Amino acid sequence: MQQVRDKVDTGSSVAAAVHEMTYAQALNRALAEELERDPSVIVMGEDVGAYGGVFGVTRDLQARFGPRRVLDTPISETGFLGCAVGAAMCGLRPVVEIMFVDFTLVCMDQIVNQAAKLPFLTGGQVRMPIVFRTQQGARPGTAAQHSQCLEALFAHVPGLRVLAPATPADAYGMLKAAIRSDDPVVYLEHKALYATVGPVRLSEYIVPIGMSNTVRSGSHVTALTYSAMVPVVLSAADALAEDGISVEVIDLRSLAPLDEAAVLESVKRTGHVVVIHEGWRRGGYGAELAGLIQELAFDWLDAPVGRMGARDVPKPFSPVFDSVYLPTKDSVISALRSTLC
Amino acid sequence: MTATWPADRLVGLYCQMYLVRRFEERCLELSRKGLIPGSIHLCIGQEAAAVGAASALRSDDLTVATYRGHGHVLARGIDPRAAFAEVLGRQTGLCKGRGGSMHLTDMSHGVLPPNSIVGAGLPIATGAALAQLHKGADRVVLCSFGEGTLNQGGAHEALNLAAIWSLPVIFLCENNQYSEMTPAYQMIKGDSFATRVAAYGMPTTKVDGMNVQAVAEAVAQAVTRARNGEGPSYVEADTYRFLGHYQGDPGTSYRPVDEINYWRARDPLLLLAAQLSAEAGMDMRLKAEEESIEVALDTAQQAALDDPLPLRDDVWEGLYAAG
Ligand SMILES: Cc1ncc(C[n+]2csc(CCOP(=O)(O)OP(=O)(O)O)c2C)c(N)n1
Ligand SMILES: [Mg+2]
Repeated sequence: MQQVRDKVDTGSSVAAAVHEMTYAQALNRALAEELERDPSVIVMGEDVGAYGGVFGVTRDLQARFGPRRVLDTPISETGFLGCAVGAAMCGLRPVVEIMFVDFTLVCMDQIVNQAAKLPFLTGGQVRMPIVFRTQQGARPGTAAQHSQCLEALFAHVPGLRVLAPATPADAYGMLKAAIRSDDPVVYLEHKALYATVGPVRLSEYIVPIGMSNTVRSGSHVTALTYSAMVPVVLSAADALAEDGISVEVIDLRSLAPLDEAAVLESVKRTGHVVVIHEGWRRGGYGAELAGLIQELAFDWLDAPVGRMGARDVPKPFSPVFDSVYLPTKDSVISALRSTLC
Repeated sequence: MTATWPADRLVGLYCQMYLVRRFEERCLELSRKGLIPGSIHLCIGQEAAAVGAASALRSDDLTVATYRGHGHVLARGIDPRAAFAEVLGRQTGLCKGRGGSMHLTDMSHGVLPPNSIVGAGLPIATGAALAQLHKGADRVVLCSFGEGTLNQGGAHEALNLAAIWSLPVIFLCENNQYSEMTPAYQMIKGDSFATRVAAYGMPTTKVDGMNVQAVAEAVAQAVTRARNGEGPSYVEADTYRFLGHYQGDPGTSYRPVDEINYWRARDPLLLLAAQLSAEAGMDMRLKAEEESIEVALDTAQQAALDDPLPLRDDVWEGLYAAG
C-alpha cells in the first residue's frame, strides 16, 4: 500500500484518483474500505489476522479494525464457513478467506448445501451475504492439490454467484460489489495475478455482478475468457492482429450470472467463437458456454464453438509439463486461427 | 434437580409436549394417507428434551434444530397452521413450501433453518452466536442434534470454535441411543460422548431426557452461563425415539422389544401426568387442556389442508435477493 503511486484520472469528469497497485493491494484496499464503510462486515480465515494472509491480501486489517472484525480461525474450514453462514443469517456480512480453492472441497457442504440453499428453502426468510474469497490456478511448481480451477463446480450450483477478476481494477471493484451483495459469492482470485500491477480508480468504483468487459474489440472471431487467461488471450490477439485477424476478447468476469447478452451480441457479429479457460475442458465452464451459444445463436455460427481448457489430468508437478497442461499463447493462436478456416 | 416446580408451570410444559406429540401423530396420519410427500422424522418420545430446552430460552433467543426438529420449533411458539402447511407443501407454509418437514424455519420466532445435513447445524449455530456478540446483544443460541452427530468432523470443529471464542451457544445432544438404525455405542470407543466434548473446554451435563423439568433446569443453567459471557456448554439428554428413524421405518428390526418397552414406560408425558395427578382435580384439568389443544390442532390442520399450493411460475422465489 505504501508504494502506491497517485495520479489523476484525466479521462473522468469525476476526478476520482487512479492508483497503480497490485491485484493483492487492490483486494486489500477494497476490504479496508468495506470494513470502514459497514460495521457488519467481518473478515475470517486462516492467518488473515496478525499475519495478514498468506498472500498478503488482509495485511494490516486486524491492526486497523481489531480482532473482533478480522478473525484468525483454526484450520477448520467447515467450522468457520459454517460460522459465516450462521453469522450472515443474523445480520453480519462475512468475507471468508479459503486459502486455496482446493480446500473448498473439505467444506463444500457449507457452500453448496448451506449458503446456496438456505435462502431458497426458507422461502426467502434469510439472506446470505457472504463472500467466499479464494484463489485458484496453476503456477510453475504447483502440483495437483494446489492448482485446480473449480469455477465450473460453483457455477453449476443455483444460489451461488461466481466471480473471477483478471485485473487489479476488477479485483477492487468486483470485491466491493461482492461484499455488498446479499447473495453468497464465490470470489475466485488467481494466485498468478496477485503481483500484477494496474491502474485502479478508487472509492466508488463498483463492477456490478453479471457484467462482462470487452477488453479488445474485433470483428472476425470472439474469444471468451476470464481470470489469468485474459492476458494470454490478449497477447494471442495482438499476434493475430499482425496477420490481419481481428479478435474480440471478452473478459467474462462474472460466471454466474453470465453476461449472456454481451456474449450473444459478439458471437452473432463475428460468427466464430472460442472459449479459453484454465479449468479442465471436460465439463468445464466452456461446455456450458458452448451449449448456450448453440442454443441461442446457432444460425449465426460459421463454425463449431471452440473450447480450450486444461488437459483432463491432475496438474503434474514437473515444469516440463506446464506447456502441455494449460492453454498457451501459441495454442490459443492456433485455436483462434483454425476456427476461421 | 431442585424441588419440583409448581403445578401451573409444569402444566404449561405438559401442554407443549402434548402439542408436539399430537402435531406429529397427525403428521404421521397425513403421511400414511399420502398427503405429505417425502420423509418425516418424528421426535415422538423425545418431547421433553425439546420442550424443556425451549422453556429455558427468552423469546428473542435463537434455535438451530435438525430434521427431527418439529418439537424444537413448535416449542418456540410458531404457528401450528404454518407448520402443517409447510409439511404439506403449501404456499402458506413457514417456508412457502420450499423446505418441508426437515426445514421448518421461522425467523420471526428465532427459529433458524433446521438442517438435514448431519452436523451442519453446529458451525451455523456458532455463527449465529458470533453475530450476537458482534451486535452486543445478549441473545443465546440453542443448538440441538443427535448423539450420532458427534461422529461428524464439522461438529467437532464447531465445538472447538465455540470454546475458543467463548460463544453463547448451548449444545443440546439428544442421545436417543441410535443413529438411524445403528446403536450409538457401537460407533464410539467407550461409553461417553460427553467426555469428548469436555476435552474442548466446556462444561458438560448429563440429564434424564424423559424428565422435562430436569432438562429445563440443566439448559437454564447453560443459558445463564452463555448470557453472562462465560461461553458454551454441552447438555446431553438421555432419551429414546418411540417410532422409527422416519415414517417408513417401524423401528423394531434393530431394537429389542424389552428396550422399547422400557423406554415407553418412561414416556415423558405419562411421567409428568402421573407426577401431577397427585394434585386434586389435575386429571380433569389436563383432559380439558388436551381437548383445547386438539381443537386448535384440528382447526390448524384443516386450514393448512385447504391452503393453496405454490404457483409453478414462482419456482425461483427466494433463490436470490431481490434486484
Ligand atoms: C452428512 C450426513 N450423513 C448422513 C445422513 C443420513 N442420516 C440422516 S439422520 C442420520 C442419523 C443421525 O443420528 P443422530 O445424530 O443420532 O440423530 P437422530 O436421527 O438419532 O435424531 C443419518 C446417518 C445425513 N442426513 N447427513
Ligand atoms: Mg440418535
